Amino acid sequence: MTEHDHDHARTFQPDHAEPNSDGARIGLALRELLIEAGHYTAGAEQAVIAAMQAASPKDGGRIVAKAWTDPAYKARLLSNGADAIRELGYEIEPYEFTVMENDASTHNVIVCTLCSCYPRSLLGMSPAWYKSASYRARVVREPRSVLAEFGVELSDDIDVRVHDSTAELRYMVLPQQPEKTDGWSEEKLASLITRDSLIGTQRVLRTD
Amino acid sequence: MSDARFQVGQRVRIADRTPPVHHRVPGYAKGQVGLIERVCGLHGEPEKFIRGDGKPEQRIYRVQIPQDELWDEYTGTSRDQLEIEIFEHWLESAE
Repeated sequence: MTEHDHDHARTFQPDHAEPNSDGARIGLALRELLIEAGHYTAGAEQAVIAAMQAASPKDGGRIVAKAWTDPAYKARLLSNGADAIRELGYEIEPYEFTVMENDASTHNVIVCTLCSCYPRSLLGMSPAWYKSASYRARVVREPRSVLAEFGVELSDDIDVRVHDSTAELRYMVLPQQPEKTDGWSEEKLASLITRDSLIGTQRVLRTD
Repeated sequence: MSDARFQVGQRVRIADRTPPVHHRVPGYAKGQVGLIERVCGLHGEPEKFIRGDGKPEQRIYRVQIPQDELWDEYTGTSRDQLEIEIFEHWLESAE
């Protein structure tokens, strides 16, 4: 032991990349200081990371399938998303959870132009493109072009609503139920739902 | 909960200012006029935090702005909308 005797094992995070920029080094140093000063523990941080990694778009799919098959649940989900999601047993962060419904004449898409806010506690980690400067800058300005690049071609009779997640709300799109799936089980319906359809960069769900 | 100053459907203007602290209004929305899409809850607003004043709770609203009013060269339709969360102290009535 040297005089530098605090326990690095206590703060070491194997899933952090080796810092290779000044910003990253400062971030890691700040994190270690906060942990050493007792503001939070490495264990608490690991638990948050584990919870976010355990969350996945499958959870969003289960919620959507429930909404498709239970109109009363869908109404609750659209009016108070957070409560309706907790009803199914999910622990989510204390944000207002806002569910936006696609229909024949509306397409919703989510972005956070300021940073990369994403409902990680429900849907898991966000895709790299969601955090890219290009997506964030362009989808507010030219949503139809960006959506076309994702394969979503929208005719002019479908209105686009772009939701910029700038503060304390988190969003999920409720995609349309595909045709010819009436009577399917919730489980089978849930399997159709993709991450991108919950963000709004996919509109039509494949059933084959 | 304190009463909401604005109601759904009310026309509001988003302030055009740039405080030298962390704030949650992107440049493109500053000075824009839109309609209150929904009245949300009270949330800690971040601007006073840096001065050690905590995060006093403020009402958030979702403001809907027509895309073709936001962008000069918008190529979509006149019904396309941008919707954004704005803290109450950034809004004034534009009716």
